[in-house]
Amino acid sequence: MNETEHGGYRIYVLTWFWLLMITMLEVGFVLVHPIKVLLAVVLVTLSLMKATLIIAFFMHLKYERLNFIYAVVSPLFLGVILFFALVPDALNVLHLR
Amino acid sequence: MLASDWGGGHSPFAVNWPKLMMWLFLVQDTLTFAGLLTGYGVMRLSLGRWPVQGEIFNIWLVGFMTFILICSSATMAVAVAAARRGVRELVVRFVWLTVLGGLMFLSMQAYEWTHFIREGARLFGNPWGIPQFSATFFIITGFHGAHVTAGVIYLFITVLRWTRGRIQPESIEIAGLYWHFVDLVWVFIFTLLYLL
Repeated sequence: MNETEHGGYRIYVLTWFWLLMITMLEVGFVLVHPIKVLLAVVLVTLSLMKATLIIAFFMHLKYERLNFIYAVVSPLFLGVILFFALVPDALNVLHLR
Repeated sequence: MLASDWGGGHSPFAVNWPKLMMWLFLVQDTLTFAGLLTGYGVMRLSLGRWPVQGEIFNIWLVGFMTFILICSSATMAVAVAAARRGVRELVVRFVWLTVLGGLMFLSMQAYEWTHFIREGARLFGNPWGIPQFSATFFIITGFHGAHVTAGVIYLFITVLRWTRGRIQPESIEIAGLYWHFVDLVWVFIFTLLYLL
């Protein structure tokens, strides 16, 4: 990692700006009361965008070696697997009520 | 290049040992939060009904808390960059700003908890008829709040040690990783517990 890769402090201001913009978009979208499924899809997508910005630029993962990026990011898919493994059970319980 | 990247050696990831350990800790902590949030999602889906958070929580207050946390993450990022450049004074100023952001966040969270408790919310029950609602709220935001508290203490000690010249820029970067993680987790808590 060197300084030129970071482009000075400007990259942090830009990241901060986009994080705020996405947050305002999230709150604005909630206030228009869209249907629940659309709300969930949009909010989760926007959250993932914010998470990517934080990890890539604030945490500098974008500037690390590719093997390190894989090592850090790949375990996170366990969380996704966990969610999709349990959702059918949750829906099953809901239908049994 | 690819062979050297994957070939192992003394430092196959090209990061120092303390930084690697912090990343490993953050990965496992992410999975802990993923477990909590998945549990929350599964519980909510299986119940089929849930109180309308917009009528219970002050969305503007929580939005401002998010704003503060994002700002504190940005100030920490600047502190890390300044540390790498050797601008010692700037590091001190921006880490203190980050600490201030953390304290502001905690104060607002304390206010929000107090308000929620005064409305009758308890760990095992609440006036909205779904005990899991307040239970998940207290457990998840409490666990995150504990992380923020630990982060504020960690940054406080780090900046004091930096002022006395006892630590290297890498230590500021490692403290920064932890602080950004706190912000990262809040992104999902904000969405799943307050907005959705």
